[in-house]
Amino acid sequence: MANKKTLTFALMDPPFENARTTTALRLIDIAARRGYDINVFAYEGAVYVPFALQKQHPNAVHGHDVEAEDHPLPREWVGALIKEAEKNGGKLDWVNCGLCVDERGAGESIEGVRRGTPADFWNMASASDNTLVIATK
Amino acid sequence: MARYLLIESRDPLDSGDCEHFYGLAAALAEEGHATTFFLVQNGVLPARAGAKSGALKTLASAGVEVLADEFSLRERGIKPDRLATGVRAAALDFIVDQLADGCKAIWH
Amino acid sequence: MKALHIIETAYRATLEEQDDPVVWITHAMKGAGADLGVVLRGNAVNYAVKGQEVAPLVFGARKQKHGPRLADDVAGLIGKGVDVYVIKEDLAARGLDGDELIDKLKPIGRAELPGLFEQHDQVWHW
Repeated sequence: MANKKTLTFALMDPPFENARTTTALRLIDIAARRGYDINVFAYEGAVYVPFALQKQHPNAVHGHDVEAEDHPLPREWVGALIKEAEKNGGKLDWVNCGLCVDERGAGESIEGVRRGTPADFWNMASASDNTLVIATK
Repeated sequence: MARYLLIESRDPLDSGDCEHFYGLAAALAEEGHATTFFLVQNGVLPARAGAKSGALKTLASAGVEVLADEFSLRERGIKPDRLATGVRAAALDFIVDQLADGCKAIWH
Repeated sequence: MKALHIIETAYRATLEEQDDPVVWITHAMKGAGADLGVVLRGNAVNYAVKGQEVAPLVFGARKQKHGPRLADDVAGLIGKGVDVYVIKEDLAARGLDGDELIDKLKPIGRAELPGLFEQHDQVWHW
């Protein structure tokens, strides 16, 4: 693909806490649909974004059972984005900072997510067309 | 000269740190760099006409292109005809375009 | 590639992490060969203040061995050859002057940031 680019993102926020998570996923989605190669370095709480044990729940306030609420799970979104990138000729390489995983007990991630270090972030960024850091507050 | 994309996700009424980021955008433009200020999330709240948008007007006067994420605007009920002067709605794709083009992108 | 880390948020999770996560990752990346500069701005200028003391936290019978040593960690970056800039206006706004700060910082004015950005391929705002 003549216009294929490689972009790297660094994220820090855990899911369900801040709009930065969904904005980041929207950006990654756009890149995935374009078939770009995308690197994500998940630092600090962001290692929970692809956490495999996220579970849906009902919502009694709205009178929804589990099925009706159909609560989004960021781990499903990450999995879908990995597939979307691949479908369009690209790749999403999601790297969880290993020490951040350890201190949070977030070791169970979905398939396609790997463990890494800050050196991975530097190497990914160095090999990318551009990098965007979306830090936490 | 480099091109800069400053992405402001915070509302200046909510976060005192915004002043420096707005000032940075103006300073980059004044030095001759093509600079875009892209509002996203609560960062779009000053883009409603009638809000305290003086800082946005100052940016536009300094030659900064000011854009606001369409999704964030709709999410907050800010209709296209209620945008402050000098602010244009844009799709988030713009950010990916600029990243792909090698623009220096800074998120706040 | 040369990248500039702008550190603004301060004292977020530093007690339980025993580090500032961005100062820490800067050390780790430098160790991996990264070419980095750092700007301390906003409340993060306080990281350069000498004499910050943190007694280890004690909850019940669990006593922390050591708290963060943020000024030392910033000085450590300087010792590794990382240029650490600090925004003069943010120091002044917080009533800080040179005597209270660690050595070998590079104070700059906000107006100098565009020029500093031009010296770096990437600018990452943490």
